[in-house]
Amino acid sequence: MSDVTTPGHGVEPAVVAKRRRKRGILGRLIANPLSAAGLVLVLLAIATGLAAPLIAPDDPLAMTPDLRLAPPSLAHWMGTDDGGRDILSRIIFGTRSSLLTALGILAMASVTGTAIGLTAGYFGGWVDELLMRATDMFLAFPALVLAMGMAATLGPSLFNAMLATAVVWWPWYARLVRGQALHLKHEAFVEAARISGASALWIAVHHILRNCLTPIIVQMSLDIGYAILTLSSLSFIGLGAQPPTPEWGSMVSLGRDYFLEQWWMVTFPGLAIFLSVMAFNLLGDGLQEALSPRLRR
Amino acid sequence: MGTFILRRLMFMVLVLAGMSVITFVLTHVVPGDPARLLAGQHASAEEVRTVAAMYGLDRPLPVQFWVYVRGLVHGDLGMSLTDRRPVMEDLAQYLPASIELTLAAVVLVVLIGLPVGLLAGVRRGRPIDHVLRFLTVGGVSMPIFWFGIILQIVFYKQLHFLPIGGRLGILDIEPPQVTGFYLIDSLLAGDLPTFGSAVVHMILPASALAAGSLAVVVRMMRASVIELLDADHVRTARAKGLTASIVLRRHVFRNALIPTTTVLGLQIGALLAGNVLAEVVFNWPGIGLYAVNAIRNLDYPSIMGVTLVISVIYVFVNLLVDIAYVALDPRISYGGGRPRV
Repeated sequence: MSDVTTPGHGVEPAVVAKRRRKRGILGRLIANPLSAAGLVLVLLAIATGLAAPLIAPDDPLAMTPDLRLAPPSLAHWMGTDDGGRDILSRIIFGTRSSLLTALGILAMASVTGTAIGLTAGYFGGWVDELLMRATDMFLAFPALVLAMGMAATLGPSLFNAMLATAVVWWPWYARLVRGQALHLKHEAFVEAARISGASALWIAVHHILRNCLTPIIVQMSLDIGYAILTLSSLSFIGLGAQPPTPEWGSMVSLGRDYFLEQWWMVTFPGLAIFLSVMAFNLLGDGLQEALSPRLRR
Repeated sequence: MGTFILRRLMFMVLVLAGMSVITFVLTHVVPGDPARLLAGQHASAEEVRTVAAMYGLDRPLPVQFWVYVRGLVHGDLGMSLTDRRPVMEDLAQYLPASIELTLAAVVLVVLIGLPVGLLAGVRRGRPIDHVLRFLTVGGVSMPIFWFGIILQIVFYKQLHFLPIGGRLGILDIEPPQVTGFYLIDSLLAGDLPTFGSAVVHMILPASALAAGSLAVVVRMMRASVIELLDADHVRTARAKGLTASIVLRRHVFRNALIPTTTVLGLQIGALLAGNVLAEVVFNWPGIGLYAVNAIRNLDYPSIMGVTLVISVIYVFVNLLVDIAYVALDPRISYGGGRPRV
């Protein structure tokens, strides 16, 4: 199959070319200071999430009534909340749930959307018609509102909020992949594979899906910030993580009762949301430019 | 143009039908036992059965669906479990406040977004463009609820400059209800102080709500302007001696509006959803605040009513945007007629 996809090249030059291209992407990414800043912040967030128990100065759940609502100090850099819990530690642990849930949403949405889009685009005909009308139906809803309704019916929990968001998001991936599949299935290398007797499933996965991966990854990198934002919004209105779970949106929500005097309770968790979303957005924009300058959502 | 609108209307009917199916599934199928939810956690099996019979929840699903759809067609969204009023009445009461806030945000987005986007595009690569790029990335990354709270801390707590929330001050008297929009009603009543108060109360929530969409519109406008500045017809316009301002106004700005309108239309959905967050933060008595209270009380009919109503508004707005799109773009004019310049 490989001589069909890369005609005229042996294995060796192709690998070298691939390596060079990879370096090129990273190089182009860092060349833009904003994207580089995004990359650094994203790596920092991932490291924070991974090492949370090692770097958090305190237990994120331990209540210390004596220290209730303490302002930022050397002992508690970001102050404490109404239960005397250290806000910095809670933000550090909150990084975990934010990153994991955002990834969870993207994984569910992209896998479902890709499967549906691939089926629709590759098989065409009534299958395409049926699947795409269903997709349009979901797209006709304003996303956060539908997610809200769905999360409310499923019952307030972080997992349900994640599930609801994924249900709202898969149509974007379905559309993206369908578009690519429609375009790719008439390419010469797909025709060639078909003539040489490859099965539909093999072609769909090895030729079409593989060539869809770049736009899917770009789309995911653009979406991850919004996933964090959506999840924290749902948590803020009480539909995601439930207190006392250290989650940024619900921390802001808790802090609302005190924000005029104890400003640190809302300011720092909100800042964590803002910075991490911005980091992923900057990185996503950079990746989009580096990987496919012509691709636009 | 007529057939185009007709076709879009027909698609809209389909979408609405689909929406009613989705909301039905959400309210009647997804919760394990809606009757138990209605009766409350501590109800006996007997009470649950009574409630199920009362609301027709013991009947087969297709029958329930039929009853539900018949209700929808007559504008019946069921009873709110919290205040025991028809959900439709509640929504009718709270909707004007939400629409007023959303429109205020749209006005901000259009009035600021279009000229700023044009500026960024024309000054591409200059310092102002970099500053704006940074601000727009910040804008799309900003959690509305957090931005709103920060605005309250700065403008209410620190500067004592703007009110913390609500549609009017405690001492203001609500204008007599005509449209439900305080800005219009107070003017109709000739009550300028109330009008002023309504405007002042709207500034912070509308700004918090507008930030994200504003950033998106600026980015879109900038990208379109940059593309158009290199376009053949713009070069031709310059070559034939039109002044820079005419070229910019007639050939760049106007054409850049086309993609920007689409994006703006999509942003209406974000604004409607963001409304929920802004209303919670600013205690704005609209359907968003109503929805969040419904969520806290597990009031499913109300939650679904809000979801459905916001979605229907969204679908209608998108229809209007599509029509505006056709009106703006002479290349896809349906049925001829010279486009206005």
